[in-house]
Amino acid sequence: MFNKVLGWFDDRLPVTATWERHLSKYPAPINMNIWYLAGVLLVLVMVIQFLSGIWLLMNYDPTAEGAFASIQYIMRDVEYGWIIRYMHTTGSSAFFALIYLHMLRGMLYGSYQKPRELIWVLGWITYFLLCALGFTGYVLPWGQMSFWAAQVIMSLFGSIPVVGEDLLIWIRGDYLISGITLTRLFALHVVLLPLALIVVVFVHFLALHEVGSNNPDGVDVKKYTDQDGVPLDTKPFFPYDITHDIYAIGIFLIFFCFIMFFYPDGGGYLIEAVNYEAADRLQTPDHIVPSWYYTPFYAMLRAITFPLFGLSAKFIGFVVMAAGIAIFVAMPWLDRSPVKSIRYKGIYSKLFLIVFIISFLVLGYLGTVAPSPFRTTLAQIFTFTYFAYFLLMPIYTKYETCKPVPDRVTLS
Amino acid sequence: MQPKPPSKPGRRKFLIAATSVLGGVGIAATAVPFLGSWKPSARAQAAGAPTKVDISKLQKGEMMIVEWRGAPIFVVSHSEKSLSLLGNNLSRLSDPDSNQDQQPEYAKNSLRARKEGISVLSGVCTHLGCSPKYYPDLGANDFDNDWQGGFFCPCHGSKFDLAGRVYAGVPAPDNLKVPPHYYESNKVLVIGQDDEKT
Repeated sequence: MFNKVLGWFDDRLPVTATWERHLSKYPAPINMNIWYLAGVLLVLVMVIQFLSGIWLLMNYDPTAEGAFASIQYIMRDVEYGWIIRYMHTTGSSAFFALIYLHMLRGMLYGSYQKPRELIWVLGWITYFLLCALGFTGYVLPWGQMSFWAAQVIMSLFGSIPVVGEDLLIWIRGDYLISGITLTRLFALHVVLLPLALIVVVFVHFLALHEVGSNNPDGVDVKKYTDQDGVPLDTKPFFPYDITHDIYAIGIFLIFFCFIMFFYPDGGGYLIEAVNYEAADRLQTPDHIVPSWYYTPFYAMLRAITFPLFGLSAKFIGFVVMAAGIAIFVAMPWLDRSPVKSIRYKGIYSKLFLIVFIISFLVLGYLGTVAPSPFRTTLAQIFTFTYFAYFLLMPIYTKYETCKPVPDRVTLS
Repeated sequence: MQPKPPSKPGRRKFLIAATSVLGGVGIAATAVPFLGSWKPSARAQAAGAPTKVDISKLQKGEMMIVEWRGAPIFVVSHSEKSLSLLGNNLSRLSDPDSNQDQQPEYAKNSLRARKEGISVLSGVCTHLGCSPKYYPDLGANDFDNDWQGGFFCPCHGSKFDLAGRVYAGVPAPDNLKVPPHYYESNKVLVIGQDDEKT
């Protein structure tokens, strides 16, 4: 009976073929390790964000007059409103934490190298969309931090020479951030950006399943196959890989719920205290900081205190900050190494990757604290080393001595 | 079955090009209402209408914040002492003579004011748009060892003197803007208009 029904569908829709291609016969390398969990968890978090977001939408009021009050309404009066909102705020931080780990995995094992350049580029677009989603979503509660963060970030466009001022008014739809700006960011946050995210993530998967997954050794698993053409060093994703993943998902959800139930504010890093005051367009809070996941780039923005090439310091700061986010996309073409994985790369690749991680973390810290002359100098140094990792990559990956890569995957 | 090659390849090429160009023009034309819709609406522009302010209660040394176009406007009544201090600090300012186009012609003087003793300034930092705080007290404080009174922006540490002139070496590039304004009488200040006619 079941086979008959399935057959009926298969004649009209590639149900079985899709199931086999993407799940039951998708070859997952057997040496995948814990780093490979971030991707699966990202899908889970995306589902959490979509669900909780849709439910928040049912009670949220996207107007300057009603937005702040509607958040309080969701928190106090709506049944389970608090859990749905905390799910969404915790989810946004989890989204960024996981995507940073996912990107670092790619950098460790050379997952951006040929033939996976497009997967990397699509992933980078996903990250960019996530940044836009984070920013637009952050404005919606219309608290003090929402308002002034929007004011500062949007003012960056005003620093563009010649067209800046007009562009700024066009983006805001007003002469200062107002309800008009709020409603437009709302439309982007709940419709345009999530739609774009789904499409890009879908294509990310299509590209991945076209060329196959990389692995910690960075070797091509398709080189040795059995008589049916199945790579020897792989196992079917379903059910073998998914069982590991379910175990990891369980542990992740325990951790996620712990934060959601007990520390939803995350000590002021996940939700800032200032945002519990309604937006006041006439008073700026004493200390404004962006969400933790943007702080490395915010530190770069503030590190540029000097004009350059006749352009203002704030425009150069804007360009450097944007470049800090954009430069990831160039990695497939910056890396000239004959090997993929950090396991077999030379000493310089390892050193520079460590320098990059330290730079990212230090800048992230500096972005959360008030600037001082010493901290600004520190931020300038680490902005320099951050970019050095990328810009010197064509040189140090080309001239270093790599270790021999094994023919097949290794298992520790 | 292979499609037949066109008998006149030039003609096909021309048609493809013409269709593409026309389609492109159509897409560009369709984009106009979508992009144009992001410009300030009539209601937002109407909010830019002039604001009348009663300044009869403003004491010397005090500042009041009024709203114009949704943004804060600082109206400062200077004390005799702070007026006398304004000339002391010129070497630390980046544009003491107001050469940048940040004020109407009638405010292009040493006080950047239309009326002696009263400054009308946009309360939006020229760096990234935060609202600076009013610090009239003299002497050393957290952000300056020899403060002469003025405005300090909490977001990125820009400093301005009491006439809204920016200090050198801070993130803000320009002096605070002076909005168009005039005095209808000794008691009533109108912000948003240069004189009664316009």
